[in-house]
Amino acid sequence: MATKTYREALNEALREEMYRDPNVFIIGQDVGKFEGAYRVTQGLLAEFGPKRVKDAPISEMAIAGAGIGAAMAGLRPVVEFMTINFTLVAIDQIVNNAAKIRYMFGGQVSVPMVIRTPGGGGQQLTAQHSQNLENWYANTPGLKVVAPVTPADAKGLLKAAIRDPDPVFFLENLALYNTRGEVPDEEYEISIGTADIKREGTDISLIAHSRMVNVALQAAQRLQDEEGVSAEVVDIRSLRPLDTETIVNSVKKTNHAVTVEEGWTTFGVGGEMAALLADQAFDYLDAPVKRVGGEEVPMPYSKPLERAVIPSVDKVVSAAMEVLA
Amino acid sequence: MATATQNKEALLEQYRMMVLIRVFEERAAQLYTQAHIGGYCHLNIGEEATVVGALTTLQSNDYVFTAYREHGHALALGSDPGAVMAELCGKATGLSKGRGGSMHLFDLEHRLYGGYGIVGGHLPLAIGAALAAQYREEDAIVMCLFGEGATNIGMFHESLNMAKVYRLPVLFFCVNNQYAMGSAPEEDSAVPEMWMKACAYNMPAERIDGMDVFKVREATQRAVDQVRSTGEPFFLEAVTYRFRGHSMADAGRYRTQDEVREWQQRDPIQIFARKLEEEGVLDTGLRREIDSSVEEEVERATQFALESPAPDVADLYKYVYTEESE
Repeated sequence: MATKTYREALNEALREEMYRDPNVFIIGQDVGKFEGAYRVTQGLLAEFGPKRVKDAPISEMAIAGAGIGAAMAGLRPVVEFMTINFTLVAIDQIVNNAAKIRYMFGGQVSVPMVIRTPGGGGQQLTAQHSQNLENWYANTPGLKVVAPVTPADAKGLLKAAIRDPDPVFFLENLALYNTRGEVPDEEYEISIGTADIKREGTDISLIAHSRMVNVALQAAQRLQDEEGVSAEVVDIRSLRPLDTETIVNSVKKTNHAVTVEEGWTTFGVGGEMAALLADQAFDYLDAPVKRVGGEEVPMPYSKPLERAVIPSVDKVVSAAMEVLA
Repeated sequence: MATATQNKEALLEQYRMMVLIRVFEERAAQLYTQAHIGGYCHLNIGEEATVVGALTTLQSNDYVFTAYREHGHALALGSDPGAVMAELCGKATGLSKGRGGSMHLFDLEHRLYGGYGIVGGHLPLAIGAALAAQYREEDAIVMCLFGEGATNIGMFHESLNMAKVYRLPVLFFCVNNQYAMGSAPEEDSAVPEMWMKACAYNMPAERIDGMDVFKVREATQRAVDQVRSTGEPFFLEAVTYRFRGHSMADAGRYRTQDEVREWQQRDPIQIFARKLEEEGVLDTGLRREIDSSVEEEVERATQFALESPAPDVADLYKYVYTEESE
């Protein structure tokens, strides 16, 4: 197994799928000549040409809609949005068309499209460019939503997303692109709808997705080192469909849970986890579930303020200790 | 002579289809007031020439995307009237299996790629289908129909720009029925004529009389041929008038009865019948024969719809995602 960055793993998945299936093409702003705002599509224009790596005007609605229409007509578009913030411009296309076309037309046509986009804050990009809105899309039946944290998961899930017959919202994270991890050399994919235990433990479950899995892992290490607490880290990985079994089984074992998400807490992923655990693991819980999320302000610019918004290892550790108290 | 380029059977079929749409829509209005049809129900009455004139120019691998006033479009493309009426009545036998209703008809076999309920929301989809046609080097084109109200939404402008930038085979067909619900173009559009907006995107555009099926068909055929041969977009604006309200729930306070009556003098079916009679294609007897066979066909469609079963609630979740077995 070779060590690769998250960015390289995504790039490999795109390249391999484009070789595998001539119907796969990429469309988005600056995905071609610029090679992607975050360089995920590096080298692909040179390798596959402008027909399969299409630079688009700054027209998010038309880009999303073009992906949907092309998918309806049998192609396999991978739509790149520069960041999740810009998907809001296209949310009508994503929610009213991509998610509903199969159902409202009685199953006559599917929309095999992938929307790739990074979310997250921490780069001083401020209020309009530092959001986590994946829970909005995870609320919508008809969409699938995945949020991998490791390079290996990113590659395996992107391949699965491209091969999936339905629209998949594929969440990346600005702070993950340069992170490294081992990526299998052989051909593989990771099933959408599977969570993953990233660290085994017995005392408490830290449930997170995307970059917050790494924060949870650091918190678990500190809990072990400083408090002698054995924390299990559950990577949700797929928000819709949700692997309820893996999440519930972890809490049945540990009897305690803290959820961690980068986005705002209210009406968020943690709330959904708490509801799931109340529903399916109520008798196993020794304490109420605690949620850790982004502070509920528009993201400020100043570095100390920004740092105060994003969930930290400190916050996760103290939430865990409160639950265990 | 207007009929010279078309054979008699084709002309009579166009006449029959316009009458079918009219009678079908009148029956749908009745069924709506009898609560057999729920939700919104937008009728094509008055606009039949734009429907038939536009859609009879296409070939069998073309794509059609349209808005929510689309019962007639399904019929003109060849959908079974019974399946259309059944969809309006929310039945399992409906075109969209009772999941779509009046606004969301879809018929893959007849290349109807859907009726859509968000004004302008289907224009980007037409771009995508055209992209697919270009990608696979098909000789198919995409016809995208929308009302004049849609020309004020951002998706319209993004789509026209992208169609031109990518040089896509799309015919944008604006059905200007002169009211976006209750707003006339002079109240909500910076330019009084919609074709002018296409000029900003360096796209050939033309404005035509939407009450005369000959004129609609002739202009559309030219546009379709040009889109197919050049692979580039074209914009048509057909000026028409809806004789009924925006939907079934419309008191019509935004226009006068005199205005409506004036336009009804230009009923597209009467104009077409008169021309066909003048040119000896149609006579009173034949007309009566066609009209009554259409009445019977709509009655059969209605009975089929009313007698069809509702979808099984056990299948509520079917079609949300593609099943492994499908």
